[in-house]
Amino acid sequence: MKIHEYQAKNLFREAGIAVPQGIVVRTADQAADAFTELGGDVAVVKSQIHAGGRGKGRFKEHPDQPGVVLVRSAEEARENAERMLGSTLVTVQTGQQGKQVGTLFVEQGLKIARELYLGIVVDRSIGGPVLIMSSEGGMEIEKVAQETPEKILSEPFDVALGLFPYQARKLAWALGLNPRAVRSAEKLLPQLCRFFVDHDCSMTEINPLVLTEDDQLLALDAKVSFDDNAVYRHPELAELRDLSEEDPAELRAAEAGLSYVSLDGNIGCLVNGAGLAMSTMDLIKLHGGEPANFLDVGGGASVDQVTEAFRIILGDDAVRAVLVNIFGGIMRCDVIVEALLEAFDKVGFHVPLVVRLEGTNVDQARQMLQESGRDIVAADDLTDAARKVVAALSA
Amino acid sequence: MSILVTPHTKVICQGITGRSGLFHSQKCREYAQECQPDADVFVGGVTPGKGGTEIDGFPVFNSVGEAREKTGANTSMVFVPPPFCADAILEAADAGMELIVAITEGIPVMDMIRVRAAMARSSARLIGPNCPGIITPGVAKIGIMPGYIHTPGRIGIISKSGTLTYEAAWQLGRVGLGQSTAVGIGGDPIAGTSFIDLLELFEKDPDTDGILLIGEIGGTAEQEAAEYIRSHVTKPVAGFIAGRTAPPGKRMGHAGAIISGGGGTAAEKIEALRAVGAVISDSPAGMGEAMKEALG
Repeated sequence: MKIHEYQAKNLFREAGIAVPQGIVVRTADQAADAFTELGGDVAVVKSQIHAGGRGKGRFKEHPDQPGVVLVRSAEEARENAERMLGSTLVTVQTGQQGKQVGTLFVEQGLKIARELYLGIVVDRSIGGPVLIMSSEGGMEIEKVAQETPEKILSEPFDVALGLFPYQARKLAWALGLNPRAVRSAEKLLPQLCRFFVDHDCSMTEINPLVLTEDDQLLALDAKVSFDDNAVYRHPELAELRDLSEEDPAELRAAEAGLSYVSLDGNIGCLVNGAGLAMSTMDLIKLHGGEPANFLDVGGGASVDQVTEAFRIILGDDAVRAVLVNIFGGIMRCDVIVEALLEAFDKVGFHVPLVVRLEGTNVDQARQMLQESGRDIVAADDLTDAARKVVAALSA
Repeated sequence: MSILVTPHTKVICQGITGRSGLFHSQKCREYAQECQPDADVFVGGVTPGKGGTEIDGFPVFNSVGEAREKTGANTSMVFVPPPFCADAILEAADAGMELIVAITEGIPVMDMIRVRAAMARSSARLIGPNCPGIITPGVAKIGIMPGYIHTPGRIGIISKSGTLTYEAAWQLGRVGLGQSTAVGIGGDPIAGTSFIDLLELFEKDPDTDGILLIGEIGGTAEQEAAEYIRSHVTKPVAGFIAGRTAPPGKRMGHAGAIISGGGGTAAEKIEALRAVGAVISDSPAGMGEAMKEALG
């Protein structure tokens, strides 16, 4: 679960982590007032969306307007906010459709001496969290890792013990910080690591982490996401979820206990099991088609679930054919066919449907499909299914 | 004689009074009885507070320790819901279970980090979580896979995915290759047992001739497996990697199946495995054939 920058900074502040002064606004007038209230010569107006690359991003409606902008007066804050609010910001991470901006964060301008990078993630091979830092603040960390891997420093820490001050100092000295700044790091870095563990984060990223002219480290940006499996034990974090940032079809699927991800192609897929669902997408592509979605209906595949899954798939206007791929194990194929047929009738199919079944009672299930009188194409095996569904597109 | 599941395996189910726990305990008991009519493989279950009762012939105990004492169990199959699952796994390890198979999906990552750290001091082996379990065809199964799709034989399967493993076992059967043992290591970012742990066991197993490895996007476990194969595995390896077409930044069902920061792509994994001589199928329909090709 992702949250906005301003929400992350509120959580940082509560945890004692230094952040700039900032005010959340939702109208242009509020933006002007926020500038005045912050009282500095400059302020930064930042679009609040769940995607990175906002500074370099531009608005569809105002192609010259950046998603993050430095302003020098209340009036300038108002003018920029007017163009930004309600408009669609396109960044490298939003895709072409972009994201509508409804909230801005107006932050005090700071005198910055250096920009650093800080990230905390779970390292799967170590089996624990690792703190990553780099002297290349403001750059995309993936790019730094690829081009100048020697500039990436990483320090694993124990979830129970946290990051020790010596580990913070080790990183700070390696980054070439002066003794005053090292003292700031000794305090800030363990706090951030504690924050990561206490909030069940899956990622905490501060890019850039800035060093001010008076040698204090401060989180100029904040990108935080939480482990979906752990949100249940943080009701206060669950409230920060912004549903308008999420794909409506994915939300609907989640409510029905389905795992769904929408993609750009035109062949809808309904599959049981995540691995098989991913493989089905790969198979479609291998045979010259483009999958419209990932959809894992789970082990059960009840009538209700299959019906809802069909509705979600067909709700995507790009879908021109659907492939059902089920390996019936514990759940028998004949039971799955019953659910398929009932869902098929309920939903009212308007595109070709290809069904591939394998597993328990498969012969009986195939016969049921054939005798059903519905316009359903039965496939013999995986490869046959992919060929038939791709062929159905041009039929 | 296969790995992990042997004729000496005696299993209890933690969470046996739950719907899935009971259903799959029944299925596992049926399969074991077909395979070894004279042996008692599934010997009971644990649900704290329901000790002393019985459910469909399975005695229920309050603790894993008590279950072990009274039944001689050495293995636990865990169906405990996610919020309590880490605790259940550690209880099993503490009670001296040699093998713990965690089926539960949705355990918080931070819990698994703690479990892994705590289990570093234990001799128990954890398989999973978020996995279909283990089967040694013709002997016993500990998990949710359908037994009949597997055939006894000499191929070891290691997989992150459930239904894709069924698909693989089915395809292997069709090309005349049975399985020594099939193990699902699970689709979570932190797993109890890695590809490497199992490659080592299969390499040493005199009854395994070849290994089928099924991976997916996310992390670098497949690349690490490739490194291990290069220096330690002499048996033929075939495989498949799911998620070639998955977009970056999106979680594809499994919590661990996510391409992040340009890393963990299927292409990298396939390349790494092919570089060490593994036969990797481009199509999920070609896993059986790939294994056949690898065996030569």
